[in-house]
Amino acid sequence: MTHLPATPGQTVGPFFHYALSFPGDRDLVPPGSAGATRLHGTVVDGQGTGVPDALVEIWQARPDGTVPREPGSLRRDGWTFTGFGRSGTDRDGRYGFSTLLPGPTEPGRAAFFAMTVFARGLPDRLFTRAYLPDDDAALAADPLLAALPEDRRHTLVAARTPAALSFDIRLQGPEETVFLRYAGP
Amino acid sequence: MMSPTGLDSQDAISDEIAAIEAADQHAGTVEHQPRLDYPPYRSSVLRHPTKDLQLVDPETIELWAPCYGHGDVDPVEADLTVGTTGDPIGERIVVTGRVLDGEGRPVRGQLVEIWQANAAGRYVHQGDQHPAPLDPHFVGAGRCLTDESGVYRFQTIKPGPYPWRNHHNAWRPAHIHFSLFGTAFTQRLVTQMYFPGDPLLPLDPIHRSITDAKARERLIAGYDHSLTTHEWATGYRWDIVLAGNLRTPTEAAGGDR
Repeated sequence: MTHLPATPGQTVGPFFHYALSFPGDRDLVPPGSAGATRLHGTVVDGQGTGVPDALVEIWQARPDGTVPREPGSLRRDGWTFTGFGRSGTDRDGRYGFSTLLPGPTEPGRAAFFAMTVFARGLPDRLFTRAYLPDDDAALAADPLLAALPEDRRHTLVAARTPAALSFDIRLQGPEETVFLRYAGP
Repeated sequence: MMSPTGLDSQDAISDEIAAIEAADQHAGTVEHQPRLDYPPYRSSVLRHPTKDLQLVDPETIELWAPCYGHGDVDPVEADLTVGTTGDPIGERIVVTGRVLDGEGRPVRGQLVEIWQANAAGRYVHQGDQHPAPLDPHFVGAGRCLTDESGVYRFQTIKPGPYPWRNHHNAWRPAHIHFSLFGTAFTQRLVTQMYFPGDPLLPLDPIHRSITDAKARERLIAGYDHSLTTHEWATGYRWDIVLAGNLRTPTEAAGGDR
């Protein structure tokens, strides 16, 4: 089988907002609707300063662990859960989504939001995961978390606050978020 | 070497670029993707991870990608020259090509988003302070879905180069930003398409953040006269290959999981 070399990435640059934003981009479900959870955090640079021109995307399973296969993310109808959301950061580097909690895609596995991070000054996009904090046994058994030094695991686990999940993305520094590259062809 | 503006000179940036390339050649390093730690691109200094990316086997959700359909994208969104009360200024062009996976299979029905400066090198963005004219008839953002052969096609205006403040007298080569989804989340790509023969390309620390010359070539469209139409528009062809993991055929046929 031939293997074609991949097209390289480039930075998203500073001027993406007017093209990539769309109404309801960060609301996978209407805020305040049944089961809606807020997932939010701050994207920070190596000095701990919020990154105001970053873009965060999430892609996730439904609460029952199945993978959404419905179109409609760009023209949300208020009813269809597409599993995809996109949030630019504000001037303090904060992003936020209204969504449902993903379920484990296989029994016993740790549930997470798959996440992509883009920013001016970031030469290529970064992948990471935001794990739900609730299932200790599943987190302990997770192959990715188990492969990490203990002092870095927490960077991938969202924190539960009374009304939300909080997940900061640290591009650089001692508390740097673990970013991923995927094994495969 | 500092300029009167207090910024580094193009010569200083070009020397840094050349030193990185020479070190790579000495070490035999070939990288097909941009280097995350690339100091000539000054705003990357505090924004790149310093630790190695963690190698991980993709899990189920990462082997699927969001779906888009005809309810998401109106066909008129692929024509950036319409939608206002008049014609935009500039050189009308068609940009088209195929989106393929690493095995050469077409990526069908997937979302392609683009954005760009106008013919004068100005973005419709409040953060763009370049004193070049806005064009009331050009926004510079478009979308389409790839067809059954993986083909995308846009009609637009050739963007102009524009200055930025990475260093003194820094100019970005003309480019169109592209955002693409594959059949798996792991294939997500945001990149920039450039035009052939642009003299600014060798000077540009963003293009040069891809340190391998052959890999850089993959971002440069080809002029294709067969796409050029009589008394209407010139044509450029640019094919895109998405890397990353793929579901095996059996998994792909396996339904909803």
